[in-house]
Amino acid sequence: MNGILVLEQLLNSLQFGLMLFLLAAGLTLVFGIMDMINLAHGSLYMIGAYLVATIAGASGSFWIGLAGGVAATALAGVLLECTVVRRLYRRDHLSQVLGTFAILLMANEGVRMIWGSQPIPMAMPAELSGPVELLPGFTYPAYRLFIIGAGLAVALLLYVLVTRTRMGMQVRAGASNREMAQAMGADVRRLFTALFAAGAGLCAVAGGLLGPLLAVQVGMGESILILAFVVIVIGGIGSIRGALLGALLVGLVDTAGRTVVPILFGMLMGPSAAATAGPAVASILIYLLMAAVLFWRPRGLFPAHG
Amino acid sequence: MPRTAAPAAHGLLDHVLRARSAVPLLALLILLPVVAHALDEDFYIGVASRMLIFALAASSLNLILGFGGMVSFGHAAFVGMGAYTVGILMRDGVSAAWIAWPAAFVVGGLFAFVIGLVSLRTRGVYFIMITLAFAQMLFYLMSSLEAYGGDDGLSLASRSWLGPGLDLSDDTRFYYVVLAIGALVFVGIARLLNARFGHALQAIRENETRMAALGFAVYRYKLAAFTLAGAIAGLAGALLANQTGFVSPAMMQWSQSGILLVMVILGGVGHLYGGLAGAAAFLLIEEAALGYTIHWQFILGAVLLAVVLLAPNGLMSLGRRAKGAP
Repeated sequence: MNGILVLEQLLNSLQFGLMLFLLAAGLTLVFGIMDMINLAHGSLYMIGAYLVATIAGASGSFWIGLAGGVAATALAGVLLECTVVRRLYRRDHLSQVLGTFAILLMANEGVRMIWGSQPIPMAMPAELSGPVELLPGFTYPAYRLFIIGAGLAVALLLYVLVTRTRMGMQVRAGASNREMAQAMGADVRRLFTALFAAGAGLCAVAGGLLGPLLAVQVGMGESILILAFVVIVIGGIGSIRGALLGALLVGLVDTAGRTVVPILFGMLMGPSAAATAGPAVASILIYLLMAAVLFWRPRGLFPAHG
Repeated sequence: MPRTAAPAAHGLLDHVLRARSAVPLLALLILLPVVAHALDEDFYIGVASRMLIFALAASSLNLILGFGGMVSFGHAAFVGMGAYTVGILMRDGVSAAWIAWPAAFVVGGLFAFVIGLVSLRTRGVYFIMITLAFAQMLFYLMSSLEAYGGDDGLSLASRSWLGPGLDLSDDTRFYYVVLAIGALVFVGIARLLNARFGHALQAIRENETRMAALGFAVYRYKLAAFTLAGAIAGLAGALLANQTGFVSPAMMQWSQSGILLVMVILGGVGHLYGGLAGAAAFLLIEEAALGYTIHWQFILGAVLLAVVLLAPNGLMSLGRRAKGAP
């Protein structure tokens, strides 16, 4: 019985961690290569979720919604990069914080103007809405399994792209030494735009996949943005491998905190106190982990820079 | 430790509070409630109090950010802890401002000291992130403490009690108290910046290694500045709790720290009036846009974006540029 609980929570943490990875991957590349703090990354996640939900609702198909929403969000990423973000690369971190914070405010309000402030519902595909029996006596929602599969597939695709293609080579070169990559002839301008668009697309994948599980609403990007920052700081800024490991670690700590802490607290303080304190303590654990990593390994677990 | 020679008047590191700009400003702020009352717009007295309180918090952030080069992304936590100090003391029957406000100052400073002790061992982006991490821990800690209202926070039964005949529930009287505290702290910060401590702090911002080589205890200087900034933020929190009559974890959210940063950047990092100008401009834009449309955040965002792209060093730099000074 307890084994099944542990297995279920492990799968939950894997699912959460992989979605975090999709967000963190784009963020860590933008941060590591362009040296750009992008607070608007969470807004792309929100916009992605809204676009996927809207297109899925209009077309009646989750899959068309996902594909269309991801493409549209990537396009929005290109637009954003060409109009505003490009002007901020050479500026200091403070200007970037101010500029992308402004974009975040505008994105939130823009979404509210178009879709209203009520959360919009999003249905999961009918063929995945049931449970699957993984082991005798152990069932798990098919849709969550699909998210895990999709997350793993995207992670694998990213790995192949980054390690096996010419563009990926330039990305890695850029992450470890930007000036040198430029001097060796990498077209940094185009690379930056492509990276930003890819990051936006990944945000939309995460937003679209999580849409049916969470509420698609204004402000959904903010809390997860900060978690994505935690992930890339733990993993090492600019490192895809670090982002994957950091994301899985944060997912594990979060899920463990949410399940184990209430049980422990329940024994010590009674069930009602445990129910309210549990999620908060889980969150505190995540930031404690980050502070500890920063203190002992200030450059993260897998630093990308030489 | 080397003794520095007497600094040249109005040198690079001096930020003198000049009477010709400070006195008219103070006069304007003193007259503001009178004018607002005459125009029958008493509502704006509350807005102005809020502005001064945020100016206090932003100025404390500017002290470490602009003059010490420390980009703290968790400053709202100190404001929040100060506010909670007032809220918790009042709930337990201590409503005297003479106890609660200094307590908020001390609590803000204490948290800043402990957080600074660890955080100041990191640099650059990592410092930004570790201050964020600690602030988030405090945010979740306060949301989890059911005894202090958890997510819902605490309501203050009344404003703090300052003395007989000084009922702070009157908005105008409260405004003048806030103004007096704000002006005192502001003058204090200006004097500190022009003193040996302030010069050392700014020199550390410019070149830490060199200052260390000269024999300055760099870490201690930074920690002292960080602690002081946290204490002032705690005091601002105490005033804010009084102004809103309410304390909740939402005051400590990371976006609140972001807004404080935005205020300082907007006003001008490392300008004496940066925090004041930024807080006033930010809240004025917010208030004006709020009256114009419910989608005021969009306008606020657009203005901030324009400032970033057009006035790279904040609003205060516009005046300097107009004067032709560097």
